Amino acid sequence: MLRKNHRTLLIMLIPGLLYYLIFMYLPMYGITISFKDFNIIEGINGSPWAGLKYYEMAFGSSDFWRVFKNTLIISGLKLVINFPAPIVLAILLNEVRCMRFKKVIQTVTYLPHFLSWVVLAGVISAFLSPSTGPINALITAAGGEPIYFLANKAWFRPVLVISAMWKEIGWSSIIYLAALSSVDTELYEAAMLDGAGRFKQIIHITLPSISNVIVIMLIFAVGGIVNDDFDQVFNLYTPAVYSVGDVLSTYVYRIGLEGMQYSLSTAIGLFKNVIAFVLVLGTNFIAGKISDYGLW
Amino acid sequence: MIRTRGEKIFTVVNYIFLTLLAVLMIYPFWDIVRISLSTPAEAAKLSFTLFPKEPTTAAYAQVFRNEFIWQGYGNTIIRILLGMPLQLVLMVATAYPLSKKDLPYRNVFTLVIVFTMFFTGGLIPNYLLVKSLHLDNTIWALILPGAIPTFNMLIVRNNFMSIPTSLEESAYIDGAGVVRTLWSIILPLSMPILMTVALWGLVGHWNAWFDCLLYISDPDKYVLQAILRKIIIESAPQFGDMAVMTTEDNVPSAEVVKAATIMVSTLPILVVYPFIQKYFVKGVMVGSLKG
Repeated sequence: MLRKNHRTLLIMLIPGLLYYLIFMYLPMYGITISFKDFNIIEGINGSPWAGLKYYEMAFGSSDFWRVFKNTLIISGLKLVINFPAPIVLAILLNEVRCMRFKKVIQTVTYLPHFLSWVVLAGVISAFLSPSTGPINALITAAGGEPIYFLANKAWFRPVLVISAMWKEIGWSSIIYLAALSSVDTELYEAAMLDGAGRFKQIIHITLPSISNVIVIMLIFAVGGIVNDDFDQVFNLYTPAVYSVGDVLSTYVYRIGLEGMQYSLSTAIGLFKNVIAFVLVLGTNFIAGKISDYGLW
Repeated sequence: MIRTRGEKIFTVVNYIFLTLLAVLMIYPFWDIVRISLSTPAEAAKLSFTLFPKEPTTAAYAQVFRNEFIWQGYGNTIIRILLGMPLQLVLMVATAYPLSKKDLPYRNVFTLVIVFTMFFTGGLIPNYLLVKSLHLDNTIWALILPGAIPTFNMLIVRNNFMSIPTSLEESAYIDGAGVVRTLWSIILPLSMPILMTVALWGLVGHWNAWFDCLLYISDPDKYVLQAILRKIIIESAPQFGDMAVMTTEDNVPSAEVVKAATIMVSTLPILVVYPFIQKYFVKGVMVGSLKG
């Protein structure tokens, strides 16, 4: 390509690079406040250094460890339960021969993905309401006592897991459906000639042929384990369930922006970011070894 | 096709299961529709019903009178009209140079950009940046920090890279410059993917609420989702929610108003969703392929 064209292309790139410099790299510099006694008047550069004071404060507090534990438990539950769910859905959808039926089910199951957690939390809190919700109507009709699911320590985590599944099961199944659509139909025909029924076909052809995608998605899911779902937890939780539902990102928000402890909040945020970064790099590396799946 | 009895049973069970799943997933939304059309007395009952016995639109009348909702709508629309085109222009302007394999320092630029997908400053440093740029309490605080969604930009770049270079080369030979080639050859060929990322941006802006909570202090500048959060999650009375519980039939109760508020603010997306769904799905497929 011509030199002149290169110059034009580089000029074209300037606004984008400025964006990354200002809105991505400047905040990274801002992380230094976690090593300082930051105050707004003196600013990031003027505030005095504090060494590891805020990291010691964070790691020494029981709140921090409780929140870290909650994050791991909730993410772990979501991984175990919500990871296989879309695979099962994709396999079942793949067995449907009536295209119109399939389309309707897909449209319905993708829908919650497009709504914000604000809307979904509003829907969930009406649905699970102890005084007017249909679930508690059924419980009381069956002779039980109403349960205040969103304020109940035993129920809050299951609610998070199930509502996350509700939002994403359909959308997450798309990638598996795409993989399934590329399976060679001759394999099924050959299996049928050998007398394999529907179940045997699923187990011996369908699953192995998408196992590559499953492994890669699993690796990425493990890599994202500290990326708790802020929007979900923040819109659903109340102080009554902080002990089981408060996660790293909501904790960082509360101590930082409600408690104004900027340095401490940034220190905990960095801790979370570093773990996430290491996990993503590690899992990406493994994924790259196993297949050529990846964004770059 | 040979069908054994077991297969027939499987097929029937499969259809029943998928139907049940879809019904279960849609039912919570239907219940909001039901509550929004109920009388306060009926909505306050703990009983399982599918349809309101005496449908009334009193709650909708109240929601329509709530100026915050309309203001929120207005602010959300402004946000989309400014934010979506800006995203598109910046994504294309960044993706196109990066799609050229012989661009000087291409790998450095790509690394610098991709790194930000995995490591960020975090909540407080971002907050302090927006404050120190004096963007807080302006619409720009909602538009500039997310002006280039990196993942989407890379999808656009990958799409540009998949276009045969011979097409561009012949344009250069005919004397067309970079901008002209991009405009009249590359962009027309990339319409489906641009449509997809534009719609992702639209839904992202429509659904965003946290940045508004962080940066906007004047309630009359709140976007719709932020107003929604105030009304349905925080039950903040100053945003026009009837926080008082009442069983009088003529005054809608808090629950009914909340349900109607959810309906009014979600209806636009429910209406267009079936038509734009295929573009979203397409993006997932493209995004999953290595560029």
